[in-house]
Amino acid sequence: MGIIKASRLVFDYIRRDEEENIEEVDRAIDDLSVDVEKGSFVAILGHNGSGKSTLAKHINAILVPTEGTVWVSEMDTADESKVWEIRRKAGMVFQNPDNQIIGNVVEEDVGFGPENIGVPTDDIWKRVDESLEAVGMTAYRYKSPNKLSGGQKQRVAIAGVMAMRPECIVLDEPTAMLDPNGRKEVIRTVRELNQKEGITVLLITHYMEEVIHADRVIVMDEGKIVMDGTPREIFSRVEELKGYRLDVPQVTELAYELRRGGADMPEGILSLEEFVDSFMAAVGKGDRTVWR
Amino acid sequence: MAIKVENLTFVYNEGTAMEQRALDGVSFEIPDGQFVGLIGHTGSGKSTLIQHLNGLVKPTGGKIYYNGEDIYAEGYSLRQLRSRVGLVFQYPEHQLFEVDVISDVCYGPRNLGLTEDEVKKRAEDALRLVGMKEKYWEQSPFELSGGQKRRVAIAGVLAMNPEVLILDEPTAGLDPKGRDEILDQVKKLHEAKGMTIILVSHSMEDMARYADRLLVMNHGKKAFDGTPREIFRHYRELEQMGLAAPQVTYVIHALRERGVEIDEDITTVEEARDALLAVLKNGGGLRSEKGQIC
Amino acid sequence: MLREITIGQYYPVDSVLHRMDPRTKLFGTMVYIISLFLADNVWGYAAAAVFLAVVIRLSRVPVSFMVRGLKAILFLLLISVSFNLFLTEGEELFRVWVLRVTREGVRMAGFMAIRLIFLVMGSSVMTLTTTPNQLTDGLEKSLGFLKKVKVPVHEMAMIMSIALRFIPILVEETDKIMKAQMARGADFESGGLIQKAKSMVPLLVPLFISAFRRATDLAMAMEARCYHGGEGRTKMKPLKYAARDRAAYAVYAAYLGTIILTRTVW
Repeated sequence: MGIIKASRLVFDYIRRDEEENIEEVDRAIDDLSVDVEKGSFVAILGHNGSGKSTLAKHINAILVPTEGTVWVSEMDTADESKVWEIRRKAGMVFQNPDNQIIGNVVEEDVGFGPENIGVPTDDIWKRVDESLEAVGMTAYRYKSPNKLSGGQKQRVAIAGVMAMRPECIVLDEPTAMLDPNGRKEVIRTVRELNQKEGITVLLITHYMEEVIHADRVIVMDEGKIVMDGTPREIFSRVEELKGYRLDVPQVTELAYELRRGGADMPEGILSLEEFVDSFMAAVGKGDRTVWR
Repeated sequence: MAIKVENLTFVYNEGTAMEQRALDGVSFEIPDGQFVGLIGHTGSGKSTLIQHLNGLVKPTGGKIYYNGEDIYAEGYSLRQLRSRVGLVFQYPEHQLFEVDVISDVCYGPRNLGLTEDEVKKRAEDALRLVGMKEKYWEQSPFELSGGQKRRVAIAGVLAMNPEVLILDEPTAGLDPKGRDEILDQVKKLHEAKGMTIILVSHSMEDMARYADRLLVMNHGKKAFDGTPREIFRHYRELEQMGLAAPQVTYVIHALRERGVEIDEDITTVEEARDALLAVLKNGGGLRSEKGQIC
Repeated sequence: MLREITIGQYYPVDSVLHRMDPRTKLFGTMVYIISLFLADNVWGYAAAAVFLAVVIRLSRVPVSFMVRGLKAILFLLLISVSFNLFLTEGEELFRVWVLRVTREGVRMAGFMAIRLIFLVMGSSVMTLTTTPNQLTDGLEKSLGFLKKVKVPVHEMAMIMSIALRFIPILVEETDKIMKAQMARGADFESGGLIQKAKSMVPLLVPLFISAFRRATDLAMAMEARCYHGGEGRTKMKPLKYAARDRAAYAVYAAYLGTIILTRTVW
C-alpha cells in the first residue's frame, strides 16, 4: 500500500433545508480508487468542479468519505483518534495565500503548526529555521506576510507545512492566484522538496506547464479518474484532454497539430528541446518519409 | 483618438519615507475600436494605470483626455466618464451583492439615472452579451459557478453601455476552458460592437491571440508599445522585466538557430503550424551552410 | 485613503521596546492610561508628555507614522472637544449664537484633547512594537487566572490576533470593492443620511461575504495545521521576564509616583 490510498471513495455534498431534510445531494467524488507511491510527485488535473479539491480535502481528513475508505500512511482517515497524526503527516497548502497565513510575522506563522502539536520550544526553532531554509525564505523571516508577494506567501505556507515534518504535501491549486513568476517560484520549491527531501507531492492545478515534471498525472472529471499516466502518456491524448475542459502546453499542441498535418512528430512532446530535436529529425528525413 | 494619456505620473505616499512611484511619465493614445493588451509584472503600474483611465484615481501629474476632453478638468463628470469607460476589476465576482442576477446587473444602469424600463433592457442585453441564459436571471448570483459569477459581474459593467471596456485579468483562477470562453466573449464584443478593449493579462499566449497592440509596463514606465509581433521580437528584454514571450516564439527562435528558414515574427500556434508544415513540404528548407542535419 | 489607518499595525524594527515582554508593555499601557486620568494639571500632563516622548523615542517608530494614526480618531476628537468646549459651565469668555464658551470649557477641552491624543498614541506604541501574536500571548498569560472560572482566554486571544492580522487585508479589500462599485456608477458621498446608508449596501454585502469566506478558509487552514484549541499547545516564543522588564516596572512605579506627586504638590 502506498502512502495515500483511496478505495471506492464516494463523497456527497448534502444540502439541507431548515428542517434538516435533504434538499439536494451533489456527488463530488464518485467511486474513486487511487494509490499514491511514497516519494512520488503526482499532479491532479481537472476543470473547476471536477472534484479534485474535494479529493484533496480527504487526504487531510478535513472531509471524511461518505462511502469507501481513505488511508494516509496506513491510517484510516475516518478514525477520529488519528486525525491529528494524519494532518501532521499529510500537510496541506491552499489556493488563497492570504487566507492560510495565521501569523503576523513569517517565522511565527511557520511555528504555528509545531506549536499546535506540542513540539518543545527549542525544537520549534530548529524546525522553523530548517523549513524557512528549505523554501528559501530565511531572509524574510521577520517580515509581515502582508508585505510579501503571492509566490513568497505560498512559500511561507509551504514552510509552515514542512515544519510539521510531513511525509506528504497536498497543494490545492497553490498557483491559481499567482502571476507567472510566482507560479514558477512555487513549483520550483515544490519540486525541490520532492527531490531533496523525498516528500510525496500531490499537486492540484490547471496549469498544464506545471505538471510536465510530475512522475504521474491524474485527470479527474465528474468525480472520477478519467486519465492516469506519465505526463508523456497524458499529453499525447490532446483531443481527450480538451474534452475535459483542459489544455496542453503550446509545444505539445504544435507538435500535435504538425502530426495531424502529416509530419513525422512523436506523440506527447513536453519540452521545447524535445520539440526542436524531433522537428529537426523530421526535416532531416526529408519528404520521402515525412509524408504518408 | 478616444483615450489620450499624457505624461501620467502617480506617486504613493508622496513626501514620506514610503514614497513610491507607481507611474512615471506614461504617454500613449488609444484610438476607437482597438484591442489593446496591457502587460507588465506585478507591481509594474498596470493596475494603477487602468484605474486612472476612468478617473478612479487622481494622478500626481499629467493629463488624460477622453474624446478630446480633459477628464480631470473642473466640471467634467467623472460619473459620465465611468459609464463610457467600463472597468472590470480582478475577481469582479467579489463585488456582487444583490439577491438575484438581474438586479445585480441593474445596479450600474440604475446609478446612471435611466428609466426603469431602460435599466431592465440594458441589464438583459448585457446578460445576453456574456452568454448568461435566461433561466439564471432570477437566481442568486452566489449560487452560480465561478465562471458564471464572473460573467454576471462583467455584465454588470457592460450594462453601463461603455464605449471602452477595461478588464483586469478577467481569466484569473478559471480553468483553461473557462479562460477561453471569457476571452472569446470579449473578442465578440470587440468585433460585434466595435468596443475598444484594454485587456490586462499575464498570458502572453492570449495576448498573441487576441490583441492588436501591446503596451508593456515596467517600473511605472511604458517600456514597449507595438503589435504583438514587434513586442515579442524583444523577448530577451521582456525576460529581464520578469515577462516572457509565448512558448511558440521560443520554438521559432530555437529552430532558426538550428538553421530552419522561418519567419521570426510567428506568435501563435496556428501560424507556427502552417509555417512549419510548409518547411517540411519543401523538403528540408535548411540553409545549406548549416546543413549538419541530425 | 483607508490605507492610512495605522492603529494596531506592527512596525517591524528592532528596539528595546520591541524586545520587551508583552506583559510588561500591556501593564505599562494600563499604567499610562491610569496616569492620564490621574493627571489634573499642566505638570501632570507635562510628565505624561515626557514619558510618552521617551517611550516613542525608544520604540524607534517614526513620530510621523504615529501622528498619521491619529487621523482615524479625528472625528471622535472633534466631538469630545466640542462637547467640553460648549457644555461646560463656568466663567463666560464669549458666545456665538446660543453657544457659550467658558474658561473652564476651554481648559477641559484642551485637557480632553491631550488626554485622548496621548491615550491613542500611548496604546499604539504597544501595538506598534508588539506583534499581535506576542500581544495575544501576553494577554493570555496575564489573564490566565481567568481560565479557572471557565473564561476561554486562549480562544479570545486567538480571535484578537487573527482579527489584527486581517485588518489590513480587509481595509485593502474595502478600497477595492468601493472602487469597483464606483466604476459601476456608485456614489458614496452625496445624498442625505438615509441615501448614504443605502449606498453602503453594495459595499458592505460583498465585504461581509468576503470576510466570511476568508474566515471559513482560515478555519480550514488552521485545522489542517493541527490547531485544536489551547490544550497541549507549546510556544515558539514563551514569555520570560528579562532584566529590561524589571527595569521597566521600576520606571512605571517612578512615573506613577511622579504623576501622583503633581496632583498633591501643585
